[in-house]
Amino acid sequence: MTKSLLSGLWLTWRHFRNADKRRAPVPVMDGDYFKQPEGLVTLTYPYEAIPVPENGRYRLHNEIDDCIVCDLCAKICPVNCITIESVKATEDIGMTSDGTKKRLYAPVFDIDMAKCCYCGLCTTVCPTDCLTMTPVYDFAEVDIKNMIYHFTDLTPEQADEKKQLLAKQQEEMAAAKAAALAARKQQ
Amino acid sequence: MLAFLLTLMLLLGIVIVLAYAERKVAAFMQDRMGPTEAGPYGSLQSVLDVLKLLQKEDIVPAAADKKLFKLAPILIFAAVFAGFAVIPFTPDLIPAGIGIGVFYLLAIISLDVVGLLMAGWGSNNKYAMLGAMRSVAQIVSYEIPAGLAILSVVMICQSLDFQEISYQQGVLLNRFPGLEFETNWLFGIEALGINTTNIGGITTWNIFRAPLLLVAFVIYFIASLAESNRAPFDIPEAESELVAGFHVEYSGFRFAILFLAEYSMMVLVSLVAVILFLGSWNTPLPNLTTLKFANWTTGTIGELSGILWGSFWLLSKTFVLLFLQLQIRWTYPRLRVDQLMHLCWKVLTPVALGLVLLAGIWRLLMV
Ligand code: SF4
Ligand code: SF4
Repeated sequence: MTKSLLSGLWLTWRHFRNADKRRAPVPVMDGDYFKQPEGLVTLTYPYEAIPVPENGRYRLHNEIDDCIVCDLCAKICPVNCITIESVKATEDIGMTSDGTKKRLYAPVFDIDMAKCCYCGLCTTVCPTDCLTMTPVYDFAEVDIKNMIYHFTDLTPEQADEKKQLLAKQQEEMAAAKAAALAARKQQ
Repeated sequence: MLAFLLTLMLLLGIVIVLAYAERKVAAFMQDRMGPTEAGPYGSLQSVLDVLKLLQKEDIVPAAADKKLFKLAPILIFAAVFAGFAVIPFTPDLIPAGIGIGVFYLLAIISLDVVGLLMAGWGSNNKYAMLGAMRSVAQIVSYEIPAGLAILSVVMICQSLDFQEISYQQGVLLNRFPGLEFETNWLFGIEALGINTTNIGGITTWNIFRAPLLLVAFVIYFIASLAESNRAPFDIPEAESELVAGFHVEYSGFRFAILFLAEYSMMVLVSLVAVILFLGSWNTPLPNLTTLKFANWTTGTIGELSGILWGSFWLLSKTFVLLFLQLQIRWTYPRLRVDQLMHLCWKVLTPVALGLVLLAGIWRLLMV
């Protein structure tokens, strides 16, 4: 019995003595990741963090300049956390960086990170690769409303303006159509 | 009054260091880091904990027996703190140098039990009640082996005075009034003919003067763990079954007092162990022919050097024992109630009784 009592003390003493060694923040890809023979296992998280793998799925980011507002991501999302509203552009609004022509404005492009399950489906379907996963995983918020990320590049005023432009254009087109129809009837 | 304040300050300081050490040692033994944020290496953690406790609301449960509930922490702390009155800190510094210090200490510490029972009963909470009953049962039982172990020291030393017991365990033996013509023999046996009076150091510590006191020391140490409700004898406050034991209803300042009393008890029992068994404030280094280590590390009585060396050795030995207490806490699992009583009544008490007998025989060999 004395032997087992002493070996218990020896065990804690050994751990105490090895307390000057520390776990290093090595990434999971590293060969030593699962091999830590001795020393403290704690990482002081905000000061040191384990690097995340490159193909890790964390917070989404949308490069709105490259988005063609095709709504594919919103459709595939299993938890419906992407909200997109689109407004047709009245004029030419250029191309995305991979050469796709942009035709729609997105006055609303919201992703609710609190609902998102980080499945990554939206990033696979995105035709222009503008929706991507970033290595950021620490984005807790006090107010859950702040978990909804707004990616639109239009201010509400600009969005209104675009809507009015579209409405005007459509009115004009409707008027032109009506005029053309009337002209045809008269013939 | 000055002694009161100084002792209180010293005690507060030690307890704060101890509370910090407890968390750090626990963490290191479990491969964690412990407090790191407050101050360098988290060293201000326990100070901040105390400040936090002092700001908390002082809740007295509506169904509690208010008088007992309020009085209990004060009584518990007073009982423990009163024990420090007879602790000799240096060769000439002792808050109250009374001749029957050992007896007084044992008597006053027993009062602790009354306070615990008051706290448990007054809280009107089943966990508190259970904790208090377990605590009382445990402390009362373990006082017996502890008392017997102390008794064997008293028999070897022929004194109830802590200061006299301290003087006996070092090179200053003949400086104590009444001991001028005493001699220390190796292992306390005159027949061996090796005079250690001027060698001092570890050879005159009680565990060396009468090696059977080593067994007494182990018994006393185990019993003292139980008396201060430390693991593996912490069933009175077993977090996993009783939440916190007798102090479950306490908050704020009163809880701080209970906490302080608990840690003071640890310090006190370690101090007593050091004084009775491990050479008190005497240096562990012996005089070797021309290398007078013992004399060099003892200082002069009545001068600053004597005070500094004395308190240094006393406190460092105490801290070693306290560390051992912490290590034991984080090493061994808690004993069951029946195992606890078995250990006390069927193992420690008979052995301690035998020790008392042997100590008497040893004493006959010493003179
Ligand atoms: S990662 Fe999955 S859950 Fe999150 S937005 Fe994309 S599709 Fe929806
Ligand atoms: S799938 Fe890509 S391009 Fe289409 S709306 Fe979503 S983010 Fe924009």
